[in-house]
Parts: sequence; C-alpha cells; structure tokens
Amino acid sequence: MTSVIDSMLKLFGSPQAAGSSAVSLIVAVVIAGLVVFTIMAVMAIVAVYFERKVSAFMQDRIGPMEVGIFGFKGGKQFWGGIGQTLADTVKLLVKEDILPKEADKKLMIMAPFIIFIASFLTFIGVPLSENLVVSDFNIGIFYVMAAGSIGVIGIILAGWSSNNKWSLYGALRSAAQIISYEIPIGLSLMLVVIVAGSLNFGDIVAWQAEHRWFFIHSPFAFVAFIIYVIAGVAETNRTPFDIPEAESELVAGWMTEYSGFRWSIFFMSEYANVLIISIIASVVFLGGWLSPLAIFGVHFTWLEGPLWGLFWIFSKAVFFVFVMMWFRWTFPRLRVDQLMYFCWKVLIPFALANIIFISVWELIF
Amino acid sequence: MAEQLKDFSLLHSDEMVLNMGPQHPSTHGVLRLKIHTDGEIVSRIEPIIGYLHRCFEKHCEYLTYEQIVPFTDRTDYLAAMNMNDAFAIAVEKLLGIEIPERVQYIRVIMAELQRIASHLVAVGTFGLDVGGITPFTWTIRDRERILDLFEYVCGARLLYNYIWVGGVSHDLPEQFIRRTLEFLDYFEPQIDEYNQILTYNKIFIERTADVGTLTPEVAVNYGCTGPVLRGSGVKWDLRKTEPYAVYDKFDFDIAVGDGRMGTVGDTWDRYFVRIVEMKESVKILRQALAQIPGGDVHAAVPKKVRIKEGSVYSRYESARGEVGFYIIAGGKDKPMRVKMRSPAFCNLSVLSEIAEGWMISDVIAILGSLDIVLGEIDR
Repeated sequence: MTSVIDSMLKLFGSPQAAGSSAVSLIVAVVIAGLVVFTIMAVMAIVAVYFERKVSAFMQDRIGPMEVGIFGFKGGKQFWGGIGQTLADTVKLLVKEDILPKEADKKLMIMAPFIIFIASFLTFIGVPLSENLVVSDFNIGIFYVMAAGSIGVIGIILAGWSSNNKWSLYGALRSAAQIISYEIPIGLSLMLVVIVAGSLNFGDIVAWQAEHRWFFIHSPFAFVAFIIYVIAGVAETNRTPFDIPEAESELVAGWMTEYSGFRWSIFFMSEYANVLIISIIASVVFLGGWLSPLAIFGVHFTWLEGPLWGLFWIFSKAVFFVFVMMWFRWTFPRLRVDQLMYFCWKVLIPFALANIIFISVWELIF
Repeated sequence: MAEQLKDFSLLHSDEMVLNMGPQHPSTHGVLRLKIHTDGEIVSRIEPIIGYLHRCFEKHCEYLTYEQIVPFTDRTDYLAAMNMNDAFAIAVEKLLGIEIPERVQYIRVIMAELQRIASHLVAVGTFGLDVGGITPFTWTIRDRERILDLFEYVCGARLLYNYIWVGGVSHDLPEQFIRRTLEFLDYFEPQIDEYNQILTYNKIFIERTADVGTLTPEVAVNYGCTGPVLRGSGVKWDLRKTEPYAVYDKFDFDIAVGDGRMGTVGDTWDRYFVRIVEMKESVKILRQALAQIPGGDVHAAVPKKVRIKEGSVYSRYESARGEVGFYIIAGGKDKPMRVKMRSPAFCNLSVLSEIAEGWMISDVIAILGSLDIVLGEIDR
C-alpha cells in the first residue's frame, strides 16, 4: 500500500536536489490537505441532507422539498429540495459572528479550529480505498485514535471560554464521555490488531482478504464489532449518547454561544467524525475495500480495484452512517451517570474479556 | 496525609446557581427555574412564575359571563374545550338551569377529544424532554386530526369558544360522528406505536423508572390532581368520584399508576397514566357517539345571563386535573369576583419536593411528567 503523498512525490519528479524536494513535499501536502478538506466539507453537506431525509422518513414527514440547485428541484422525490444544505451553508457563512462580551475571546476563537484540526488530522490516516490514503502509517489505527482524541481539548476550551454555565456543563460532560468511550473503542480495535498482527489498515484488510472479514471471524470479534459501533456512536456525541449537547437539557451544550462560521466548523467536524468512525468500522470489521461478494466465494475481477474499492468502502460507511441516524431518531437520551455506568461497567469489562478470549482462540486455532 | 486532607478541606467550593428559563427549550413555556447545583446534582429548586400573567381573574370582573368564555380558552390553551366546559358548568350551576341531554353529550365528546389531544402533547413533549424526537412528531401528527375535527365543528383549531353558557355555539355537523369514529379507529393502534417507540424503550425506562417518586401523601398534601395524583396510585377522578354532566352513564376505569417499572408514583407512572387515559377516553367517546340523542342545542341558552346574588364553586376534571371556578355573582350581568383553581399550579408546586437530589436531566424529565401549561398557572 502506498500513500497519496508518496505517489505525488514520485510524480513530481526526482528528489535529487534538497530544495526541490522540499518544495514538492509542500505542494504534495497542500494538495492532499485541500482534497481532505473538500471531502470533509462535501461530506458534511451530503450528510446533513441525508440526515434530514432520513429523519423525515422516520417521522412521517417529507423533509426539505423546495430549494433546488441549477434549476433542478426534484419534485416529490427523495432528492427533492436538494439545494437545501447549500442554502444553509451560505446562510451560516454570512451570519453574524457573535462573541459574548465576557467570553475569553482568544480561546473561543481557537476552540473550533482545534476540533477541526483533530478530525482533519484523523482523516489523513484513514484509508479511502486500496492505495488511497493520504499518508500510510504503519501504526495507522494508533494514529487515528490519537489524533481523534485531540478534539476533546477543543470541546473543553469551547465550553470554558464561552463563559456560559450551559456550555460548561456540556464541555465537562463531553470530556468525561469522550475520554471514557475511547477505551472500549481502543480495546475492540486491539482485538483486531492481535489477530491481524499489524496496526496498519492495509495489512488488516489484506488479512481479511486472505482469511475472512473480522465481524464473522469469531464470536469474540463479533462482540468487539458491536462494542465498537456502540462506543463509536458515543464518541461522536450522537443520540442516545448526545448528553454533551443535550438539546432539551443544556440548550446546545458547549456550542450554545457559537454562531455562524465557527458553529459551522463544529458541525462539519461532527459529521467528519461520524464518517471517520464509519469508515474505520468498515475497514477494520467489514473488509474495507473488498467486495462483499467475496464472502460467498464469488470473485469478479472487474468488481475489484481502487475505484470499486472506493465504492465499496463508501457503501459500507454510508450504511453505518444510516445506522447512526437510525439510532438518533429512535432512541431517547441516556443520563450522564448511566452513560458512564454503561461504559465502565458494561462495555469495558466485555471488551477486556474479549481480548483474553481472542488470545486463547488464536492459540488454539 | 492528615496535612493534605486539611489542605483539601480549605479548597473553596460553592453551589452553582443555574438559571433555567424563561427562555429554555424544555420549561414548557415561560417557567423559570432557579436551580442550585452541586456538579450535576440538584440541591434546591425555586420555580419562578408570572411571566405569562394576563390578569384573567381581574378581567372577568369587567366582562359579561358570555364574554369570559373566550378568555377561559386562553388559560389552558392545550385543553381549551375543557376550560370552556368548566366555566360553562360553573355558571349554569349558579343559574340553576337544566341543560339539554344532547348538549351534555356534545360537551363530553368535545372534552374527551380535547383530553386526548392534550395528553398527546404531554406524551410527545415528554419524549422530547428525555431526548426522543420522533415520538413528538408522531403524537403531533395525530393531534392534528383531532384539531381537524374541532375545526370541522366550530371553525377554530386551538381556541374554540365553542361551549357556551347553557349550550354550545353550533350543533354538530352532519358527518361529525362518522369522522370521529374513523379517527378513533385510526387512533387506537397508534397508542401501541407510541408504546413501542417510547414507553417500553429500555433507555426510556432507565431514565424515568424510580425517578422523582411522588408518594400519595405528598401528592394529596400539595393538592395535586389529575394524572399527577393518579400516577401516585390515588384513585381520584372527578368524572367518577363526583360525576358531572353525563359521565355516570359511561363505563370506564380510572387509570392509576401501579409502579410497574419501579416504584408507585415515579415519573414513568405519571407518564403511563396519560397513555392509559387516552385509551379510556376512546372508550368513553365510542359510548357517547353511540348513545348521543337528538334535540335542540340552543334550548337552554339564555339571552342574557344575569345572576341575582350567590356564589358557587364548581370543580371539573380537565386534562391536567381539577379545574375549579369560584364565582361570586353581584346581581349584574358581570360577576363580582372569579377565582380559578389551576391544577397545573398545584402540580408544579410539588416539583421542588420531588426533584431535589436528582440530576439536571432528571429535573427536566420530572418537569415534563408534571405536564404544566404556563398559561394556566399564571392566568
């Protein structure tokens, strides 16, 4: 597996002179960064539209129907109102940017960018298809987890600097929640690492191509998959674990005082995190860019390759995104102590036992 | 070690006062709660009311009896038919007039439809309070159909002015009984759907069972009525215990909390009483629609209500509990004094008793289960 940066550097030519190599490195990084940013922005726009339509579907409504794009409206179809999120984006960007008088202005300005940087950095290590990863770390899983957990700093800063009691509550809840739920996520991914013997996403998928997909690898791996999905929903602060921004309790949690562009950055990062969690779930447990037909032993060579890999990985990820939305529009919200109880007394013991059992399983088989 | 502990005790710690409302998504209007918190734990709650005070009782002294009816609409705007009915019954008691049977039946039908509509809002917004958004849209969708029926009857969807002193403003339209029966056939299975998505959801039960338990003694001492009192297991429903109108002709049960998911009188019980009450209302409606007699609805409507002397206290079971009207007639066409007993006010007063010691999220859930309407509390 080669990374996008590596192949771009090769493309730009010979790295003989030190100066030109530095320039080409910067160009490669900037291009890759722009691509990642575009993916995140487009993903947020598409996800918001998808979320609206899914929620409308669940709630016996039709969702946005009026706003079109380039003269195309869609009518009473699923894609009706397709321009709605674009219009919303414009609205958010031109909205007045409010900083409360008593707020800690520097921190308040900084916080959204820290959260954004966290999901941006995470995206760098996330594979989108075979040979399509911005930077291919040999410690991919570790990197993704480490970079993802930077975001909580931004959340605490946002909550603290807003000088609002609701924000403070939201920030503290969020800190407790995200730090706790990283442990079951880490433990369930650890199981896969033990079996595959590598932290690299490419190697993990290669292992799955050779043997079988991880969620059907063993009963323990399946439990780990379930734990990962549940903890992943909690990690992205979505219902039933959305206590940090609990709309009916904390107004908007740590985002209460934010508006306009800064708020839209939070929004974008949230959906980017949802996508990251979904992509990692599909790469690690559902065979990533492998065709699902391979499970049944059917191999069509024309259904493989990087482009089809992109398609498969996104189909699996979109399925996860849909499941998360499904959760969101069906479940009520847990209370903060129940959330902690669920993490520390249910998920973590199961995840730990899982690791022991899978080690024994690996010794036997 | 002891030194360290001593230092630790010197750390300054204080309660945080959290101002919830009057602008807050889940205070159900313009209620303001001053919450003293220790971390997430609530140590003291002071409800502050009066943001929607519109001098209803004083206004009544300057209006004729007929003119007061639209004002009663605006007190409990989620159960406006009930308020019309309660006031009309009080004035009729004072007048001592006999109401035609058909009018009695129409009023019962309206009151029960309104009770369902009001409980639908209570159930839906309670779902919102604990974080479930979809139940709200479902209950509101079904409430719309009741409002459609009301619009068909009297042209208004929220504030009706339909039940007048001595009668109702119009007779029922031709197709009303058929449409109401159609609605009931549609609505009954929907209750099971609410149960599936909300009532028996594991997370929902975790959030509400054993939370904010209201013991029967406390409930009675605070004067709680309606679903809040019945949730604590007290069989008290004015429709049964002190039947007015034609309620003694119908066969229905009083829904009481039985502590099925936790203790008797917890938040889940208060919620579930409303679900059962909707089913009971459907029962009453079916009987009333089958038995409704013919006749003139305007027979007893007085041209001008003028009451000599005297006073009356009339109690009525609205969707939120006992609505009482104490009217002193001054010999003119206007009352000398009107006092309204608001059920939601008494129900709200119990909040600090049952919610202290719980978490902020629980306060929201408990408040939602009390189902207050600020228009009626402040009047």
